[in-house]
Amino acid sequence: MAIDTLPKTTGTGRGRPKQPPLRAARKAGGRLWLRLAVALLLVIEVYPLIWMFLTSLKSNGDYLDNSTWSLPTTWEWGNYTEAWTTGNIGLYVKNSLLAVVPALALILLLGTAAGFALQIMVWKGRGLTLLVFLAGMMIPPQMILLPLFTLYFQTGLSGTLWPLILTYTGTGLPLTVFMMATYYRTVPRELLEAATVAGAGILRAFWTISLPVVRNALLTVGLVQFFFIWNDLLIALTFTNSQDLRTIQVGLLNFTGDFGATQYGPLFAAICINVFGTLLIYLFLNQKVMKGLTSGAVKG
Amino acid sequence: MHRVLGDRRAILILLGPALLVYTLIMLVPMVWSLGYSFTKGNSIEGFTGSGLDNFTRLLDDPAVHEALWFTLKYAVIVTAGQVVAGYLLALLYVFFLKKASALVRTLVFFPVILPTVAVGLLFQKLFQVAPQPGPVNSLLNAIGLESIDFFGNAGSAFWVLIIMDIWRSMGFYAVLLFAGLMDIPDEVLESARLDGASGPRLIRHIVLPLSLPVLLSSLIFSVNGTLKVFDSVVALTNGGPGTGTTPLTLYMFQSSFTYSEYGYGSTIALLLTVVCLLVSLAVYRVSRRDNTES
Repeated sequence: MAIDTLPKTTGTGRGRPKQPPLRAARKAGGRLWLRLAVALLLVIEVYPLIWMFLTSLKSNGDYLDNSTWSLPTTWEWGNYTEAWTTGNIGLYVKNSLLAVVPALALILLLGTAAGFALQIMVWKGRGLTLLVFLAGMMIPPQMILLPLFTLYFQTGLSGTLWPLILTYTGTGLPLTVFMMATYYRTVPRELLEAATVAGAGILRAFWTISLPVVRNALLTVGLVQFFFIWNDLLIALTFTNSQDLRTIQVGLLNFTGDFGATQYGPLFAAICINVFGTLLIYLFLNQKVMKGLTSGAVKG
Repeated sequence: MHRVLGDRRAILILLGPALLVYTLIMLVPMVWSLGYSFTKGNSIEGFTGSGLDNFTRLLDDPAVHEALWFTLKYAVIVTAGQVVAGYLLALLYVFFLKKASALVRTLVFFPVILPTVAVGLLFQKLFQVAPQPGPVNSLLNAIGLESIDFFGNAGSAFWVLIIMDIWRSMGFYAVLLFAGLMDIPDEVLESARLDGASGPRLIRHIVLPLSLPVLLSSLIFSVNGTLKVFDSVVALTNGGPGTGTTPLTLYMFQSSFTYSEYGYGSTIALLLTVVCLLVSLAVYRVSRRDNTES
């Protein structure tokens, strides 16, 4: 114990003449370097976001003529309304929500039920079925884009948001099924058997007994999937064939071409809306995400 | 004993919908895509059989070679960068910041959840040279260096892409590896310290071997993601200048949707799938061998 506390107290080591002064100085120097490294790290992580926010409040002239480090000379909050309405960001956010919310609900409902069936229920072939779902995590989405494009085209679904909802659900299922099956491992079968002995059907037990038990897991998986779908570009780019259907990511990507090429303020405002909107959702649920990640759901 | 848990009707109701959607959206298209590889045409003009033409073309296409080389180079560098940076951060959290690491952890985690498209556009502006030098070039100017046109040639554009993707994802690997480090029992570290190991030696001989399993799962996770890189490239450089930063995924997308060559696009997608499977398998085998040795 004494040995362990020795290096830690060097910072306040005045009362410890046994410590060689040179080593103490070097140690403190090392601490200082580490501290500087942490400060630099935080600048690298956070400054780009601050810079982006400040630039989103500059007028075009301000942006072009003054140093990139400077604060806005006038604070142009109008850039945000410009991006939201003229730049159509409002429409894109609405489209994203209309695609993401139903897909997320489907993923969680179907994925949890399947995870339950694969982990709690007892039947032949469940190991193999889980493996089939797992295979879906290895396959790059490029492998399914073209046939799906044909399928949606022939069934007349192109031109709606359905291709996005269906594709997000299909691609989100493997990870969800796998994670939920893993979580259900911690739910004792006896709990459910006892409920069914008391007269409830197994389906009822799934809904009323098992769901509350895996509530936290559901939230974690839901968040992970939300960020995957919300941030998706590939699928949205493939299946949105008109401007009216663009999601926020596709809309933002095309923003430079459509409108923002010379409208720097609104362009930065559009990026800010996307970034800080996502950040707010994250901060709101931060504690739960961290808890979920560190509790071993993702670890091998 | 498990009569209620073996109820076939209940299993069908629970598993059926997920299996149906998964089969229709993932499994059937996968096989279908395989079939496309032997055809020419697209869904609007119709398809005609073309035998092995797409495969011979794939072997001879210099654009494919270039894209494959770019994909592998990118995957190796970014995977190494992500995992090493993440591990250094995790060590920093555990051994230096200790209890105070929560705030730093959260801040470094921020970029992980940000939309890649937004980050790509942001980095375009951070590294831009015209119409107004961005912060990076302003910094270069401030210390007396010339501005660099980062997106003017493939070499420097590649490095901006690498920097961006490590910036974006190291917080994720840091948290993942942090969780792994937290699992190392305190007694082990304590007794190693009593034996005189400290600082780098403690990390080299005690911490590193013990965190090998979680390092390897991070590696598999990372390489699987980096081989499929798409969003970052599209948002930052759109494959340019020329085709200098075009990975397989983007080349597949362009062949399919810009040139409407579904057959050839499917063949490139198949190549990508094979590459992903081979690399995962290789990393997995190496990790198995290492585990049994140690």
